Amino acid sequence: MDIARVISKRSSALWAPFLILILLASLPLCAPQYTIILLTTIFMYIVITVSWTMFSGPTGYISLAPAAFFGVGVYTSALLGLVLPLPAIIGIGGLASFCLALFVGALTLRLRGTYFVMFTFGLVELLLHFVLWWEVNITGTTGRVVPTVNNTKVFYFMLIIFVILMFALYTIRGSRFGLALEAIGQNEDAAAHTGVNVTMVKVITFAISAFFMGAAGALMATRWTYIDPKIAFNPLLSFMPVLMAIFGGMGQLYGPIIGAAIFAYLEEFLITRFPYYYMLIFGTIMVIAIVYMPEGLVGLIRRLLKSSTEGRHART
Amino acid sequence: MPVLEGKGLTKYFGGLVAVSNVDLHVDEGEIVGLIGPNGAGKTTLFNLISGALPLRSGTILFKGQKISGLKPYEICRRGVARTFQSIKVFPDMSALQNVLLGSYFGVSPGMSSMEALREAKEILEFMGLSASSATRARDLTLASQKRLEVARALATKPQLLLIDEMMAGLNPTEVAQAIELVSSIRKNGITIIMIEHVMKAIMNVCERIIVLHHGQKIAEGTPQEIVSSETVIKLYLGERARAAS
Repeated sequence: MDIARVISKRSSALWAPFLILILLASLPLCAPQYTIILLTTIFMYIVITVSWTMFSGPTGYISLAPAAFFGVGVYTSALLGLVLPLPAIIGIGGLASFCLALFVGALTLRLRGTYFVMFTFGLVELLLHFVLWWEVNITGTTGRVVPTVNNTKVFYFMLIIFVILMFALYTIRGSRFGLALEAIGQNEDAAAHTGVNVTMVKVITFAISAFFMGAAGALMATRWTYIDPKIAFNPLLSFMPVLMAIFGGMGQLYGPIIGAAIFAYLEEFLITRFPYYYMLIFGTIMVIAIVYMPEGLVGLIRRLLKSSTEGRHART
Repeated sequence: MPVLEGKGLTKYFGGLVAVSNVDLHVDEGEIVGLIGPNGAGKTTLFNLISGALPLRSGTILFKGQKISGLKPYEICRRGVARTFQSIKVFPDMSALQNVLLGSYFGVSPGMSSMEALREAKEILEFMGLSASSATRARDLTLASQKRLEVARALATKPQLLLIDEMMAGLNPTEVAQAIELVSSIRKNGITIIMIEHVMKAIMNVCERIIVLHHGQKIAEGTPQEIVSSETVIKLYLGERARAAS
């Protein structure tokens, strides 16, 4: 009986994501446009949060650069939107962010702790003001128009980016590269003295995570029709993935996904219901979450499961 | 032929001379002890050899090739492995994963997963850690964590192993086991330099001892020569050591 239970448990763990995916993919057939748009936004946050966790989770290097990589994707879309088909723009947006991250990573990943955090955030501000200066002084505009794409198409592409991201994450986690990444987070000196080229492992992972942020940016730009540097390089987008990952809990793979999904939905809900108090309520929820759920939602779920099984044992 | 040669090794920390103009050579198959009072520069010397710190001046040759100036991972891949005085295991990884990392990234990277796994298990067995291979490193006892560090270093397949205070904080039984382990590692053809304060261990296993004091090499010789050397007794061992010998 035990064997049967183990098998069914394992296959359900394998099939559940597929089922959810098929369900999501068939949603545009019946759901209203509003749901599709909301889901696209939620999946955008999931992609950014999960790709942030890909690097910052195991290594413990807190990056505040997501807005920079996202913005590079947005501008790729604005520049090439009329010239190239959507998949090409998404790919190029991702690649541009990948290259930027390689360059920046090679420069900064020797920094540790607070210095790295400060630098990555500085990068967002630097790019924002550089692009702003460029647009005003060189091209003589402030904003740009991005050709729109229909909502369902954007939703499907976001889903595809998400699936590729999850595949990349699983592959890295199960590989020796992933083991090295974890070792770096737990003791970087020891990892270096065990033969791991720590700089290379860090820079490559940083760049892969930036690829997905850039891809998401390139795709989302088509939803906004008008963009300017302040929209593209919105610093809030650097903090969101950190908050969402902490809210969900970083111990498990599904933590950041749940965190991002609930957080993004909450944001939408509060903005529409309480437009004036939304930031206040948001902040309060965040403080409560950090004080009472230090391990995030995942930790809370695990604690509840544990106490329920213990209760059952106590009864028998 | 010397496995390791250091010429004029010098390191300053600000105005402090940590290691000053030290020459050393280690022959293949030797066990060399490195002793001296606290702050003598023993661990700094290890950090210079393993690439953790850059040299101020001097050169280090490993098997006749210059390794000073290389990064720690490159030096490790050439065949120099080390352990740390303050334990640096990967606390949330299992003992097996700690060792696997060494097999994956050491002297012969690109080994198949099956082979690396088999080798890591062999090394855990050799170090007497088989029973705790699935245990998280942070949950191991101090003695086991120290052995795990040696195991991880061995997994990189070194020709030269630097052991930094393996015996400190161990009880007499554990010290005896550790001494035995060091001898059997040497029997596998690995040259060893060990920093140690437990004199019993040094006297038992080392063929040659180097004494550091204020960053300078003040004596070098067989254990017998060292315990009877006037300077070493005055600066480090004390009168009781002479009485004991």
